[in-house]
Amino acid sequence: MRIRDHAHLSDEALVALVARSDEGALAELYDRVGGIAYGLAYRVLRDEALAEDAVQEAFLGLWRAAATFIPERAKASTWILTLVHRRAVDLVRREERRRSEPLDEAPEGATGSAEDNAWLHLERERVQGALRLLPDQQREALELAYYGGFTQSELAERLGQPLGTIKSRMFSGLARLRELLDDSAERGSWTTTSS
Amino acid sequence: MDDHLELTAAYALDAVDPRERERYEAHLATCDRCREELASFWTVSGALAHAAGGPAPAPALRERILAQARSERPNLVPLRPRWALPAAASVAAVAAMLALALGLWGSSLAGELDRERSARAGAGEALAIVSDPGAHTVAFRGAEGHVVVSETGKAAVVLAGLDPAPEGKTYELWVVRNGVPRPAGLFEGSEARLVQVLTRPVPADAKVAVTLEDAGGVDTPTGPPLFETI
Ligand SMILES: [Zn+2]
Repeated sequence: MRIRDHAHLSDEALVALVARSDEGALAELYDRVGGIAYGLAYRVLRDEALAEDAVQEAFLGLWRAAATFIPERAKASTWILTLVHRRAVDLVRREERRRSEPLDEAPEGATGSAEDNAWLHLERERVQGALRLLPDQQREALELAYYGGFTQSELAERLGQPLGTIKSRMFSGLARLRELLDDSAERGSWTTTSS
Repeated sequence: MDDHLELTAAYALDAVDPRERERYEAHLATCDRCREELASFWTVSGALAHAAGGPAPAPALRERILAQARSERPNLVPLRPRWALPAAASVAAVAAMLALALGLWGSSLAGELDRERSARAGAGEALAIVSDPGAHTVAFRGAEGHVVVSETGKAAVVLAGLDPAPEGKTYELWVVRNGVPRPAGLFEGSEARLVQVLTRPVPADAKVAVTLEDAGGVDTPTGPPLFETI
């Protein structure tokens, strides 16, 4: 069976096709999520080859294990980004590549960024806008953890705070960010893909 | 607050060390509340991914991924994968990553928890096989799934959409070589998904077949296979 036009399928339908070794579905998923995934991996790893490794492994993991994906628990794109992030963080820790200043701006837009479509651009602005509304300490904890690849214990040491404080900053920050994103999704003039 | 619930945020951000990760995942297997919260927090960390703002990937990456996938198409002779990876930690790391796929997104129906747990017991080995960069896959004919065979011959079946075995029956795996089937493990079947490690290695010239047998299994199949590898 050959699906000739994958563009109209949901991410989850594509994953189901990937589970049946449909290459076109894998290509379509890459086209939808690959740019974001690479941008994320690069932000964490600051190295093109390692970022490519992280993305490649995640998509290969998807190719091999798509049959085990249970769509009701998460969106397919979230699943892929989770795989990529996990891999990037594992790599950055192993390579000890984390910069002392992990919040240096990534070279965004230098070579044309991943946001070559309007929705991605808006989504990025929406999330960055929500991040800016967080209390500084919560934002700092989220950014150092997620983009910097630091563990909670490393953060506690780095910021000179008790572990419990770091945990609660991350929890409160993520919970608050969720609220802000929900609000902006309701208010916003663009639609998200969340279903 | 449930201490684990707070840890859910750290876990969703991948801000835990391997020991904390393992402990948390063990807890997840037993806690619906944390699983629900994690699914929700993963959506938020997925949003953070969108704001990462890194550069665009080289076009060659797309081609490389598709070529690699093609080389692993279950119904083709496998090519030796060449991952540009430093060998050591990579297998374990990919295995950890795939745990997300194989374990944690399982159904949260309370009645299935026991099955989840027992499935998880063999999950470590299954993950090691499925994520072995040197592994190749062979598709089943007549069922949706495939066998992943690692370089050492250790193998796991991945099946989806297989009806549970009827009451008093069991599925039985066979490694068939030179026409001789040897028993390779029993499993129950599951609507959703199934990853099962074979109890014996799969040599390059062997097939893997599945039959339906009386509970407890048999030493020689009592009928033709329900399905087998290509
Ligand atoms: Zn819990």
